[in-house]
Amino acid sequence: MFMELAEAKAGTADQSVDPHVSALLAVEGVTMRFGGVTALEDVSFVVAKGAICGLIGPNGAGKTTLFNCISRLYVPHAGAIRFDGNPLASFARHEIASLGIARTFQNVALFATMTTRDNVRVGAHALARGGFLSSALAFPLAGREELRVAERADALIEEFGLNGVADRPAGELPFGVRKRVELARALAIRPKLLLLDEPAAGLNHEEVDALGAEIRAIRDRRGVAILLVEHHMNLVMRVSDQVVALDFGRVIANGSPEAVRANPDVVRAYLGSAG
Amino acid sequence: MMSGSSGRQRRGVTLAVLACAIAFPFLASGYHLYQGAQVLILAIALLGLNLLTGFNGQISLGHGAFFAIGGYGAAILTEKFGVAYWAAIPIASLVCFGAGFLFGFPALRFGGLYLALATFALAVATPQILSYKGFDAWTGGSQGVLLAKPHAPFGLLTADQWIYLVCLFCAAVLYWAARNLATGRIGRALIAIRDQPIAAETMGVNAALYKTTCFGVSALYAGVAGGLSAIAVGFVSPESFGLSLSLSFLVGIVVGGLASLGGVLFGALFIEFVPNLADQLSVNFGESAKALPGAIYGLLLILIMAAMPTGVAGALRFAARLAAAPGARSS
Ligand SMILES: Nc1ncnc2c1ncn2[C@@H]1O[C@H](COP(=O)(O)OP(=O)(O)OP(=O)(O)O)[C@@H](O)[C@H]1O
Ligand SMILES: [Mg+2]
Repeated sequence: MFMELAEAKAGTADQSVDPHVSALLAVEGVTMRFGGVTALEDVSFVVAKGAICGLIGPNGAGKTTLFNCISRLYVPHAGAIRFDGNPLASFARHEIASLGIARTFQNVALFATMTTRDNVRVGAHALARGGFLSSALAFPLAGREELRVAERADALIEEFGLNGVADRPAGELPFGVRKRVELARALAIRPKLLLLDEPAAGLNHEEVDALGAEIRAIRDRRGVAILLVEHHMNLVMRVSDQVVALDFGRVIANGSPEAVRANPDVVRAYLGSAG
Repeated sequence: MMSGSSGRQRRGVTLAVLACAIAFPFLASGYHLYQGAQVLILAIALLGLNLLTGFNGQISLGHGAFFAIGGYGAAILTEKFGVAYWAAIPIASLVCFGAGFLFGFPALRFGGLYLALATFALAVATPQILSYKGFDAWTGGSQGVLLAKPHAPFGLLTADQWIYLVCLFCAAVLYWAARNLATGRIGRALIAIRDQPIAAETMGVNAALYKTTCFGVSALYAGVAGGLSAIAVGFVSPESFGLSLSLSFLVGIVVGGLASLGGVLFGALFIEFVPNLADQLSVNFGESAKALPGAIYGLLLILIMAAMPTGVAGALRFAARLAAAPGARSS
C-alpha cells in the first residue's frame, strides 16, 4: 500500500514532499460496481493540501462515481478513502461537511424554492449546532448562530457578485448563475477540500476563462484543495497542479498536467471516445 | 429571508389579527365562541401538519391519529387520574411527540405516495383501536369519555370565554414557535430536505434525524390541538377521530397554502365553516337532496383551488405584489 501511494504521488508538482505528511485526500484501491458495470476499479491517488487536482476522463469513466464515494453517497466495494488521515468510512453522509469536504453537482442541485441567500445559508448549516428546541424557543444560542450564518452567507453573496439575485428563488435563475450560487454554497462551510463536478459545463469561452481564474483565486485566497472534474481540457491543464486521468474506472495517468497530456494512454482514451 | 418592509408588514398584520382574536370573546358569545375556539384548535393542528408536509415534504393522511392521542390523553389524564387540564395537555402532547417521532422512522423508508398510504392506514385504524374492548376501562369504548369544563380563574370570565382564551394562548405561542423554526436554520434544513435530500445531506443536514424530529413536532402540534378540542367539546369518542378528520387537515393546509404559516388560519376557517355553508346551501334544494352538501362542498373546494392554486396565502402574496408594483409583469 505504501509503495502504491508513493507511486501514485510520483510525478506531481512537488515530489520532495512526503505524501503522508501533506496528503489531504488519499484514495486507496477504491472499487465500485453497479451490477455488471465496474465504475471504479482499484483507483488510488492522493491530493495534497491546497492543491488543485484535475480529474479527467471520457464520459462514463467514473469521475462522478468517485465524487459520490467521497461524499459517502456510495459505499465502495473495496478500498478506502482517507481525509486528513481519517477513513471516511467511519463517518455518515451528513458528517462529511463538518470534516471540511464540500461539493457541487454535475446537474446543479440547488434548493429550487429557496432564495439564493437561503441556499448559501444551508451551505453553512454545519457551522452551527442548535436544534429544534433552541430554534423554536428562540434561545440566545440560536440567535447568535443565525447571525453568524447570515454574515457568512452575505459575505459569499458579495464575493460572488450575487447581490442582485440574493432574494430570488434559485429555481428561477439562469443556469450559469445557478452554478455560481452552488459554488458559493459549497464554500460556505470553509471546506478544506472542494469537489467541483464540471463547473464549466454550459459556459461560453470567455466564461470558461473567467472560471479558470476564479478557481485559482479561490484556492489562493483560502488554501482549499480542489478536485476538479472537467471536460474542458484547456481549463484543467491551465489551473491544475496535478491531473488524474480515468478510463473505464481505472487510473491511466497521474502526474503534472504536461505529463498527463502527453501520456499515450490518455491520448488514446480521448481519441477512442471521440471516434 | 425577507426585506425589512415586508417583515414590518407581516408583523403589523399579525398584531392586528391577534388584537381581533383577543377582542372576539368579549364581542361574541355562545356558539360563535365555541366556533372561534374550534378555528384556533384546527389552526394549531394545521400548523403542525404544514411543518411536516408543506415544509418538509412528508405527506400525512393520518394526523387525526395524533389529534386523537392528544384528545384521549387529556381526557384520560383529567378524568381518570385527576390531573389538571393545564398539565394534562402538555403531557398528552409530549406523548404525541414520542409517537410521532417513532412513526417517523418507518416513514423514512416510505417516500411520497407510500407514506401517504401508511399514514392513511393509521387514520383508518384509529377509531377502531379507540373503541377496542380491551381498553374500555380508560377509553370508555364506543361511549367515549366525558370531560368536566374547566372554570375561569377568579370567576372573571365565563367558561366559554376562558376556553377560547386558552386556545388563543396556545395558538399564539405555537405560531410563534413554528415561525421561529420555519424562518431559521431548522426551517431551511427542512425545506432543503424536501427540495434536494442528497444535496442537503452533503451540506451536513442529518436528514433522518430532522425528518423524524419534524414528524414528532408535527404530532405534538396535533396533540395540543386534540387536547384542547377534548376540553372545548367536553367529550371524546372514537367517531370524532376518523378518516374525515385527517383528510380535513390535509384540505386545510392546501387551501391555506402549503409551507405558509399564516395560511393555516384560512385553512382552519375553511374546514370549520365551509361544510356548514354547504349544508345551508343544500337546504334550498329541498329534502330530496340528501347527497347535496357533499357535492356542494366538493364544488366549492374545486373552485377555490382553481382560483387560488397556491392556496389563500399564495393568492394574498400575489395580490400584495400586484399592489406594491402596479403594472409590473409577474414572471
Ligand atoms: N447509480 C448508478 N447506478 C448504476 N450505474 C451507475 C450509477 N452511477 C454511475 N453508474 C455507471 O458507472 C459508470 C461511471 O459513471 P459516472 O457517472 O461516474 O461517469 P462520469 O465519469 O462522471 O461521466 P460523465 O463525464 O458523463 O459525467 C457509468 O457506466 C455509469 O453508467
Ligand atoms: Mg459525471
